[in-house]
Amino acid sequence: MSDQTPALRLEGIVKTFPGVRALDGVSFTVMPGEVHALMGENGAGKSTLMKVLGGIHQPNEGQIFIEEESTLMGSPLEAKAKGVVFIHQELSLADELSAAENIYLGELPRKSFGRVDWQKLYADSGEILKRLKCGFGPKTLVGTLSIANKQMVEIARALTVDAKAVIFDEPTASLTDAEKSVLFEIIADLKSRGVGIVYISHRMEEIFKISDRISVLRDGSYRGTLNTAETNEDEVTQLMIGRSLDLTHKIVPGKLGNVALEVRGLSCGNLYKNVNFEVRSGEVVGFYGLVGAGRTEIAETLFGLRNPSAGSILLDGNEVRIHSPIDAIANGISLVPEDRKEQGLVLGMNCRDNMTLPQVGDLTAGPFVSDGAEIAIFDLYRDKLEIKTPGWRQKVGNLSGGNQQKIVIGKWLSMHPNVLIVDEPTRGIDVGSKAEIHNLIRELAKSGYAVIVISSEMPEVLRVSDRVVAMFQGEIIREFTAEEVNEDNLVQAISGIRQDKVA
Amino acid sequence: MENQRLKSLMNFLAKQGILVAFAIFMIGFTLANERFLAIDNVMGVIRSSAILGVMALGVTFVVIGGNLDLSVGSMMSFSTIVVLDLHDKLGPELAIPVMFLMTMAIGAVIGILVGYLKLNSLIVTLGMLSAIHGLTLTYSGGKNMDIADKSGTWFSVFGQGTFLGISVPIVIFGVLALILSALLGKTPFGRKVYAVGGNNVAATFSGIPRARVVFMTYVISSFCVATAGLLQASRSLGSQNTVGQGLELEVLAAVILGGASLLGGSGTVIKTAIGVLILGFIQNGLLLVGLDFYVQYVVTWAIIVLAVWLDIAAKRGRIWSPIA
Amino acid sequence: MQNENRTRLIKDSAIWGFIVLELIFFSVAGHYLSLSESAFMDIDNMLLLLKQSAPIGIIALGMTIVMINGNIDLSVGATFALSAIVMLDSMTWSIFAGIGDWVIPIAWGLALLTGVVLGAINGLIVWKTGVDAFIVTLGAMLGYRGLVFMYNGEEPTFHLNWTLVDMAESSILGFETPTVILVICAVLLWLLMTKTVHGRNAYAIGDNREAAVNAGIRVGPHMMINFTIIGFLAALSAVVFYSASGSVNPNDGELYELWVITAVVLGGTKLTGGKGSIIATFGGVIAIQLLRKGLGHIGADTAMVNLVIGLILIAVLYMDRQLNRKGQEELKT
Repeated sequence: MSDQTPALRLEGIVKTFPGVRALDGVSFTVMPGEVHALMGENGAGKSTLMKVLGGIHQPNEGQIFIEEESTLMGSPLEAKAKGVVFIHQELSLADELSAAENIYLGELPRKSFGRVDWQKLYADSGEILKRLKCGFGPKTLVGTLSIANKQMVEIARALTVDAKAVIFDEPTASLTDAEKSVLFEIIADLKSRGVGIVYISHRMEEIFKISDRISVLRDGSYRGTLNTAETNEDEVTQLMIGRSLDLTHKIVPGKLGNVALEVRGLSCGNLYKNVNFEVRSGEVVGFYGLVGAGRTEIAETLFGLRNPSAGSILLDGNEVRIHSPIDAIANGISLVPEDRKEQGLVLGMNCRDNMTLPQVGDLTAGPFVSDGAEIAIFDLYRDKLEIKTPGWRQKVGNLSGGNQQKIVIGKWLSMHPNVLIVDEPTRGIDVGSKAEIHNLIRELAKSGYAVIVISSEMPEVLRVSDRVVAMFQGEIIREFTAEEVNEDNLVQAISGIRQDKVA
Repeated sequence: MENQRLKSLMNFLAKQGILVAFAIFMIGFTLANERFLAIDNVMGVIRSSAILGVMALGVTFVVIGGNLDLSVGSMMSFSTIVVLDLHDKLGPELAIPVMFLMTMAIGAVIGILVGYLKLNSLIVTLGMLSAIHGLTLTYSGGKNMDIADKSGTWFSVFGQGTFLGISVPIVIFGVLALILSALLGKTPFGRKVYAVGGNNVAATFSGIPRARVVFMTYVISSFCVATAGLLQASRSLGSQNTVGQGLELEVLAAVILGGASLLGGSGTVIKTAIGVLILGFIQNGLLLVGLDFYVQYVVTWAIIVLAVWLDIAAKRGRIWSPIA
Repeated sequence: MQNENRTRLIKDSAIWGFIVLELIFFSVAGHYLSLSESAFMDIDNMLLLLKQSAPIGIIALGMTIVMINGNIDLSVGATFALSAIVMLDSMTWSIFAGIGDWVIPIAWGLALLTGVVLGAINGLIVWKTGVDAFIVTLGAMLGYRGLVFMYNGEEPTFHLNWTLVDMAESSILGFETPTVILVICAVLLWLLMTKTVHGRNAYAIGDNREAAVNAGIRVGPHMMINFTIIGFLAALSAVVFYSASGSVNPNDGELYELWVITAVVLGGTKLTGGKGSIIATFGGVIAIQLLRKGLGHIGADTAMVNLVIGLILIAVLYMDRQLNRKGQEELKT
């Protein structure tokens, strides 16, 4: 392999943003016809690196070589013209345009007077879609396509140019198994044509299935490259997090109290059906399942953001009706939401105001908000949660992900809830803060909270839960105790394999 | 190093740019005409800005809450016509509260449409602009409205009277600015307005009643409009149906000039008041240095674009937009 | 999916359904309420309606493409007035004294040039400063109106050229000139938006700006072209309107932006961009004019017209929202 010319080579790429060194001298090489997996925890710099490659960001230092030719990529278009195509994780399509127009976005074929050459456009894009075995035609409006089919449109874009390297950023996140195998066929096809492929994913099994080599990033710097055939998951994980993951670590269960929350036969349209579970105070119940399995929707129902179509919710044995977050808060339920930036925080507000937001109406002296009371709460939880911020006046948007998440957690702890629901507690948070937040969740349970943790990360669920509830397509498939649960039976459960449902 | 300096200068300008601009204008006009800073001239400017100013104070709440209000101009015409009409029918003691109730009822309707029904505020208030104009014309029968006995009513006190030697419109504008500034800046309600405007999803997820907060911003805005209508009616004791026409955009200009973002979540009442005064002083200053009255519009255009440009330039750290 | 297609169909054809409803309503109501003897759906009446739609309609076509692009233009009324003044005033300039009626095309050209320049200024500012189009054109609305007043104070600008009036009131193939110009503009802009690279890119920019940028579409020039077009159309509207009337008040065109936006929104163009059609806007313009005329036909006054149009705009918005609801499963934020 080494005597070939690399399709793509990066050398010493440095990229800084105000206050952050996102990439710190990253180098790596993709050979033609190779699937090169890029791994790293959230926030390790993968996305930034890919944006540099895709021409969206310009590196502060370092060089990019395409077939050993030093190249500057000032824009995504330039990158594409030079044969580097980026398939985005967040779909970047225009819903009101046809599939064909999206495939050739920015490069519509022209006739005289700036007219679009529709014949050529439809013929060319139709051919590409056929090659991808898509079940829809080039004239289909993208807005009417499923997410998987939209992804196909993205991929089709990559095939419009003579690509030297194609970057896939988490391409399987929203695909079904059947769609995945089509994707893997496409990747194999590209590979056989000598295209270099960069494949970013969190899913180990996929990576080991399709990649030739694996490079690992951690905290913005390059940690090494492994040949897939000669390594194993442990070694990769170790590189990713800097130490080996102690999966054997078992929870020490705390003292369990009463049933704080009980859910009976709860359903919400097609989102989830007939859900039954209970959470005791002093206990952490983990909800594990694929995105769309209905976990977040249950949390949103408990927090009054969705109306259940059937079933009941009991707090301390009494049935309650929760129509709004205000009701939920009054009943002692708190939700640390899934999307910190969209749902958890007002980014333009300062740390203190964010933290006291749900109770600002009660922190008054006369008609006015009491500065002293607010600062007291902020100081208390800043110290308790070890939030690192220059002061309460700091805008929350300027904090790191981990500290932002702690502000959200502090916001809800300060409400002294009985039931605390934490949805994706460590999404987009660096490794160090992750462990801190996990310990924090355990401690909260110990001090008597009933905690629900929803997560897509298996190690996380295993690390924090006293019990694990596995969900699949809107139903609870199985419940595990901390002793029973392991990676194998959990994976089986959430993929819909039910053989041992009676447990 | 040089870059750092430039950046901190830009930051300062972005944060306080509007004050800097204000200072420059004031100095410039004072040098050009010494009468500019004379106390009676200054008071005159504030007094003539008061009506626009009172409306801008209310719209500030709406804008910070993340919405727009294009209906305040035609709503102000409505208030003016109604209070003038009722003055002769019910007497001023009753006419004023009834007019306030009617105007605030319209504000409440907008509040329900935008807050509870979540309709786009630009289009709702655009529709209301037209609808309220129709309502006013229907009410007045298309005729101008005048108070029968202009010299025999105490009603003129709001627009023409003085209080401790200060013109009443100035007092009302000033007191309202202070009260509303405290309401927005110091109370839980104000905090909720900022939260809803800054990120309405996160606000909802924090148990803030988004719909009620938005509703209240429109009620406050309509209260201010009613006050402005009162000032207008009391000043002239007679009015056309279109007295407030076009004011909605000037009001918005003042609010933007005061630094409120149209996306919501930022701005203050006091800065809006400053924005109003800047418009007033520029208008006055241009006249004093002998320029055509209408030059002020062109200058206002330039100032609005420059003020917002400066603000976003500082935020993105570069002068020209990155749009390719 | 089928549901979604049905919703789409309902929304896309809503404006024509609305027009049909209006026609039926006013025909029936007119039968009982109208003071005049003539039927509402009289051919002459409909042709007159088209002619009267022209000034607002021509600008609304331009607003559609600006809004599809994700922007808005609040300055069209002022651009309209300033172009009109330039046209009427330039005919009296002494340098054109010797050329007789050849001054007419020159005046037209100058008026259109005025519109193009004002539009381009807006576009350039939006492009280069990155300030939101709403703010830029709000400022320009004041600024351009200031220029109108600076030109001739509060006096009307007046110049009657009979050749010009004859031309404006002539008809082409039995249709009045304003109608023909409105239809030609609609066809040209429809072609522009559906058949050309510029049009398709404008849709893409309004729909998903980041995607468009990533695909290498140069956002700025497209926006500038669209602002220039709307400036041109505002001036064209002035040319059509004032060639016949010969007198322009400095307040003329005030609130035009609001009428225009109402027509465009009725036609279903999204405020956030990416969706909308010239044909539907044409429908929106007709619908508003029908409403004005129809209400007049059954004896309602301007007040009622304003009231009804405002309420209909809100009602349309409400129905649009109801159609887009996902039912019970929706998150309550």
